[in-house]
Amino acid sequence: MQNWMEWAVAFFLLLGGSFVLIGSIGLSRMPDFFMRLHGPTKATTLGMGGILLGSIFYFSLQQSISVHELLITIFLLITAPISAHMLIKTALHHQLKAIERTRGERELKQGQQQGSPDTKTAMPESKQSKES
Amino acid sequence: MLENVIFLVFGMISLALLLNLWRLLIGPSLPDRILALDTMFINSIALIILYGLLMGSPLYFEAALLIAMLGFVSTVAVCKFLLRGDIIE
Repeated sequence: MQNWMEWAVAFFLLLGGSFVLIGSIGLSRMPDFFMRLHGPTKATTLGMGGILLGSIFYFSLQQSISVHELLITIFLLITAPISAHMLIKTALHHQLKAIERTRGERELKQGQQQGSPDTKTAMPESKQSKES
Repeated sequence: MLENVIFLVFGMISLALLLNLWRLLIGPSLPDRILALDTMFINSIALIILYGLLMGSPLYFEAALLIAMLGFVSTVAVCKFLLRGDIIE
């Protein structure tokens, strides 16, 4: 294998691994379920895309062109939004608590009180830091 | 050089798996735990693909595809059960 292809595979693997790690850090550190859903659904899917791209490069250069990994990539890209949708529906059904900073909650309350919401100055700042 | 990078990425994904396990253990609500389990499935797919890359054999992709389908179906089934009280209506 040429040297520059090895660099490309290493680059894609590192990119994917760091995105997977960032997604899991988001999952474990975020204060709220509705925020926690962001990490695994976006960052982890992108990281899997990076790792699979590195794998495609590696095996395409060793043997013939290999497209096995594209199956996994397409499957993950299709199923990640579906499972996120099911999870968020379950969370709404169970009426999980959201902190004040979460977008929908505040706008929902304001929309019930008055007509058009102004999101910037609605809640006092001290309450936000206490909640988190 | 590539072997060192693969081992580094192994370490990263293992750390990610440990963080997911932490969320799975302390998760305050049930959807948190389902989400952590789903993320653990996806990270284990990444581990299997990296192992196949290290061994240099393309045989591991079938296992990865199988685990991907298993994870998706189990997540949707548990969500459906929590949502409707029944999986197949």
